[in-house]
Amino acid sequence: MNPFRYERATDPHSAITTLTASPHGAYLGGGTNLVDLMKLGVATPDLLVDVARLPYDRIVVRPDGGVNIGAAVKNSDLAAHRTIRTHYPVLSQALLSGASGQLRNLASTGGNLLQRTRCLYFQDVTKPCNKREPGSGCSAREGYHRNLAILGASEACIATHPSDMAVALAALDATVHVQGTGGERVIPLVDFHRLPGDAPQRDTVLQHGDLITSVEIPACPFGARSAYRKVRDRASYAFALVSVAAALDVMDGSVRDIRLALGGVAHKPWRATRAEAALRGAPATAESFGRAADEELAHAQPLAQNAFKVTLARNVIVRTLLDLAEVR
Amino acid sequence: MDVEITFSVNGAARRLSVDTRTTLLDALRERLGITGPKKGCDHGQCGACTILIDGRRANSCLALAVAHQGAELTTIEGLADGEHLHPLQAAFITHDAFQCGYCTPGQICSAAGMLREVEQGWPSHVTADLTAPAIVLDDDEIRERMSGNLCRCAAYANIVPAIAEVVRR
Amino acid sequence: MLAARSIGASIDRVDGPLKVTGAARYTFEQPVENVAYLAVLQSTIAKGRITAIDAAAARAMPGVVEVLTHENAVRIASDDDEALRVLQTDAVAYCGQVVAAVVAETPEVAVEAAARIAVRYDEQPHDVVLRADHPSLYKPPKVNPNFETDTHQGDVDRALADAPVSIDHTYVTPHYHNNPLEMHATIATWSDDGVTLYDTNQGPHGIRDDVAKAFGLQPERVRIISPYVGGGFGSKAFTHPHVILTVMAAKLAGRPVKYQLSRRQMFALVGYRTPTIQRVQLGAQNDGTLTAIAHDVIEQTSTIEEFAEQTAVATRMMYAAPNRRTTHRLARLDLPSPTIFRAPGECPGMFALECAIDELANELGIDPVELRMRNEPAVDPETKHPFSSRGLVACLRDGAQRFGWDERDPRPRERLDGRWLIGTGVAASTYPTRRRPSQALIRVDRDGHYAALIGASDIGTGTWTALRQIAADALEVPFERVELQIGDSALPKAPSAGGSMGLASWGTAICDAADKLRARLRDDFGGVVPADGLEAYGEAGENHFAKQYSMHAFGAQFAEVRVDVDTGEVRVPRLLGVFAVGRVVNAKTGRSQLLGGMTMGLSMALHEESILDARFGDYTNRDFAEYHIAVNADVGRIDVEWIDEQDPYVNPMGAKGIGEVGIVGTAAAIANAVYHATGIRIRELPVRLDKLIG
Repeated sequence: MNPFRYERATDPHSAITTLTASPHGAYLGGGTNLVDLMKLGVATPDLLVDVARLPYDRIVVRPDGGVNIGAAVKNSDLAAHRTIRTHYPVLSQALLSGASGQLRNLASTGGNLLQRTRCLYFQDVTKPCNKREPGSGCSAREGYHRNLAILGASEACIATHPSDMAVALAALDATVHVQGTGGERVIPLVDFHRLPGDAPQRDTVLQHGDLITSVEIPACPFGARSAYRKVRDRASYAFALVSVAAALDVMDGSVRDIRLALGGVAHKPWRATRAEAALRGAPATAESFGRAADEELAHAQPLAQNAFKVTLARNVIVRTLLDLAEVR
Repeated sequence: MDVEITFSVNGAARRLSVDTRTTLLDALRERLGITGPKKGCDHGQCGACTILIDGRRANSCLALAVAHQGAELTTIEGLADGEHLHPLQAAFITHDAFQCGYCTPGQICSAAGMLREVEQGWPSHVTADLTAPAIVLDDDEIRERMSGNLCRCAAYANIVPAIAEVVRR
Repeated sequence: MLAARSIGASIDRVDGPLKVTGAARYTFEQPVENVAYLAVLQSTIAKGRITAIDAAAARAMPGVVEVLTHENAVRIASDDDEALRVLQTDAVAYCGQVVAAVVAETPEVAVEAAARIAVRYDEQPHDVVLRADHPSLYKPPKVNPNFETDTHQGDVDRALADAPVSIDHTYVTPHYHNNPLEMHATIATWSDDGVTLYDTNQGPHGIRDDVAKAFGLQPERVRIISPYVGGGFGSKAFTHPHVILTVMAAKLAGRPVKYQLSRRQMFALVGYRTPTIQRVQLGAQNDGTLTAIAHDVIEQTSTIEEFAEQTAVATRMMYAAPNRRTTHRLARLDLPSPTIFRAPGECPGMFALECAIDELANELGIDPVELRMRNEPAVDPETKHPFSSRGLVACLRDGAQRFGWDERDPRPRERLDGRWLIGTGVAASTYPTRRRPSQALIRVDRDGHYAALIGASDIGTGTWTALRQIAADALEVPFERVELQIGDSALPKAPSAGGSMGLASWGTAICDAADKLRARLRDDFGGVVPADGLEAYGEAGENHFAKQYSMHAFGAQFAEVRVDVDTGEVRVPRLLGVFAVGRVVNAKTGRSQLLGGMTMGLSMALHEESILDARFGDYTNRDFAEYHIAVNADVGRIDVEWIDEQDPYVNPMGAKGIGEVGIVGTAAAIANAVYHATGIRIRELPVRLDKLIG
């Protein structure tokens, strides 16, 4: 690790001012990803501004059922929150399927969104990586990519975003509240993370110095009928090969409304808008679920080692939706 | 870059000057001689470094010491009550829930933290009904909740009944 | 055989209180005054030469005490162990090789300084991929530790051609890394008398002798202390370069130096299990009687050391057949040197053999348990020696009954429970029973308290307790009256823990010392211990019965698996191992050893694989996030039983080593169960969902 200065932020304004003025600085939340990357030499900030104790540690339930989640809220507290468990189980399940109990106690909402890919070449500073060093090449394309992207990738980068929480938030139409030098703005979560394109070094649309203050989930009348299904190699404590976050509103055997997002398949949580469009108004059957999944995955560009993810994603979409359709 | 920090370890206030890069794990082991928490990976991937930070289980290898000014830390050394072993410690011995013993302090601290989480009604990945008012800590729940603690000797088959015995008491 | 009073009992580990309270000190935790920290820089190429090293920036950093490169390293005296010659040359033989090291006041400064050393290389093309048609495959003179490379009996090819039923399949196992949870570590302190090491190893005397040779010292001037070891699984049996490096660094720095490998460094510097490509051919009559067995193995070693895993040796004694062949061929690759990893030979070899037997059973339409019993040899098929004891059939019978094997419908893909396909599988286990020469010392004081001293080691195996039980019974005194001292090269010379030979070797030496002590006490002192006590040395020599009998432990393993129809996820809700291992010295810790071995076998079957990127000659998944070992949630119900077995030939305790037999066969039982569940035969480990989906 390179040497760095440490400052504990006392208020958001001075934190933003300080970091904006320090081009090689970084915010420190729970540290579970940043400190890991600093040990690997992938992240080399010369200043850490600790924002973990800023007053963003509340979960506020709105009268209409929407929820505001402070950026500093711990993943474990968010997963255990009664309203989330009851009304947005997809989010609770997504969080509980991620990492370990110990890590969830340290990890923050904001940090979870900002965590970086677990692509093994990104994490290895001795290997070429366009995300770490633009122009150096993508080692994964011709190398090991079993766990990498099948959707939205580019020639430059096939990394996937590792967060489970973000997939559930994407399905729930969450928005990310950000403070920056220019003031406050609200970014739909589905637009928060980028596709790699030809600038894979940029994971999100944030500018340096922007501080996430909260994540807002709008009210969803059928949020209680939601689920997260994560498929991985081990029974626990492993990243997703493919995951599905879904909320389903079925009436008289027909899909009245649906939210569907995929994890483990792209540089960002993949909101399956094609599948959703195909399913609104369609019968809630395995057949239509399958056809909708096929439509969404028709644009997949699998590589030699991860082609199985297409079949896996299709099967898990169908299975998850069938399970939700049967639940009373 | 050295910074002065204070925190309490097992009830005793400790003050030291640390490199900002020093993790809680290294501060405990290398600076304070508290070697119960172990380094098995140093990247939050094995759980051998698990301690309680303000009563919650956490990986001390990813916690920068400077970021935990004022925290109350509990390590394995702080679980026994003088000569009396903590029930988890005693159960681990009778159930032979360890072999080489290297992951053991982390396992036990993690279990202690986990039991508190259960008392607070926190669900897990395997909890069928997220809305249930209380958690039934069966073997599958114990396995899932303890999966953040790797054991290469694979004493898992004994770790689970050791914890289950403490739960029953 | 020794009369058992403590032996066989279920006694809590005596080191338990120290381990559960965090008081047991592992190597890196031993307090040493004025100690400095070591960090290393590793090569980024797999083959070539260092053309320039610029350590100026590192040397200039505050807190840096010393920088070591091949330009200023201590010259290693011995040249017979190439793998230990660290920083002796500008040649790079594998990716990850240590090319420089830094000694500094703090670990943070050491690591940062090492990263600031600039190295330039003249890179050469490397060869890192093991292939069945590799052009440089050669026949090694022996396979580990000293077996014949090839064996032949009868005319295998003819018998295979003539057999009414035959199978011919190739099985592949990947690179595996031992990955004990405690990374290798050493603390070295020089004094006028020599050098003292705290070191994590499977036996202090082997390390002592290697360090002594490397630095031109008499062995008595080197002391190795290792009371508690955080697992080894073979990777801590031999001396690895970091030990020599740390001793060297302490010499150059003029003060004690401590070094612990990072987890990532573990993947290059402390060995691993070679991948294997194994062709197994079996020929049989229609009634299942084997007429031909051929097992041809391809595996690898490094360019600086020859290690030939004895992959096909179990095939030489498992089943009867008049026509037999086993062969081993090696490729020298530009990779680190492989080493022993729990049950070297038997572990990968029995995966192939036991899957092949299962495939043959399916071809024949004969139950796989029955097929094995039909080919039970009366004597060792190759040496023709009688077995000292062989309980395989009893284990198969007992296990089948406990597991409910009789109710099994043999047809694959017939059982579905909701979204889960269910299957069951069986495989045999075996591991040789051997021992090595050892010495021991027993003292008694006038209060009747005994101390047994021996350079044995406990790497999680339970030696602290089990060996004390043996001493107590050898002395015919209660367990509480004996103290055991192990884990120090100052103690009598003993072999390392490995090859499941630990207790057998150490226990035999202790029995001999006990006999001699009691004889002295009786004959010279009339049964009364003199005021200043009494002591006697003992030793375990060669086991002469080993020349007359074939000695092995056996077992039968049964697995039930569930495979998700939609995702291919595999779960193992039930595992059962029934073993024939002679006397189990400590029922509690013995059971744990077998459970641990079986769980490691499950991990091998479903999860573990070190993924090599051939372009770099480097493993990509050098951490616990992506080198998956089984987690708690992966393990369902797992039962261990052992049958009553008396074997007076193996050692005075009648105890066969059990540290390794547990991992042998588990992967095959699981793979066979997966076939039974899905109809899909997977011959290349690990069994993962992408091989089962769609």
